[in-house]
Amino acid sequence: MELIFFYIFAIVALASAIAVISIRNPVHSAIFLMVCFLQVAALFVLLRSPFLAAVQIFVYVGAVMVLFLFAVLILDLGRERFGEYLHHQSPIAIIVVVGLIFVIGLGLARGKLDAPLGKYTEAELVKNIEVTGELLYTKYVFPFEVISLLLLVAMVGAIVLVMKERK
Amino acid sequence: MITLSHYLILSLILFSIGIAGVLLRRNIIIVLMSLELMFNSINISLAAFSHFLQSMTGRIFVVFTITVAAAEVAVGLAILVAVYRQRKTVYIEELDEMKH
Repeated sequence: MELIFFYIFAIVALASAIAVISIRNPVHSAIFLMVCFLQVAALFVLLRSPFLAAVQIFVYVGAVMVLFLFAVLILDLGRERFGEYLHHQSPIAIIVVVGLIFVIGLGLARGKLDAPLGKYTEAELVKNIEVTGELLYTKYVFPFEVISLLLLVAMVGAIVLVMKERK
Repeated sequence: MITLSHYLILSLILFSIGIAGVLLRRNIIIVLMSLELMFNSINISLAAFSHFLQSMTGRIFVVFTITVAAAEVAVGLAILVAVYRQRKTVYIEELDEMKH
């Protein structure tokens, strides 16, 4: 049963990802990107991390997608000229992508997972949000502070970049 | 039964689609969207490792990755809007000032 759902989410995610990079209209690309993010959120639910799924929907589908749509509308791109939406470097790019798939696929086929198992079994993860919050505020409190500083810097930077200079 | 390999292969294919988007498309907004696809594929593999190793570290890391991705999108799109005001183009081969 779970496997069927995994395949549904995976196939929809891959199809919409391909649509993102192959469709000409940027607004349609953004919508397909949103579909892909929703599928990834569903995959997080299958991976027993509902907190991540919620964060994925809030941050990606909520904030990032709105930013993208704003940018597309502000820049007023419209439809790209037919047949000119690809680089002239496509053959090299396709070789690079196929080579990458081959190398990582070889690693996946050869690799063996023998790391020790942790203590967070499925029963432990019923209180997923509680566990996540506890770790974030105890063991990972320093990275947590650093990342909040990073967000602040990014916000200030974004505002400064788009601010029109006063004469 | 879903195994770790299912998630890793999905993540690999999604990452390759992202790289293909970055290398193939001319429109810089689509390039940024492909970057987001790559971020997402990495998140899937981190969460999958975390689930199958019964550890929380990968899941915590995903939270950090999502934050960095959000910051990256904000700054990236701000740079994009600033560049568009100056140059009136979004095609990356026309944005080659720094090459010459």
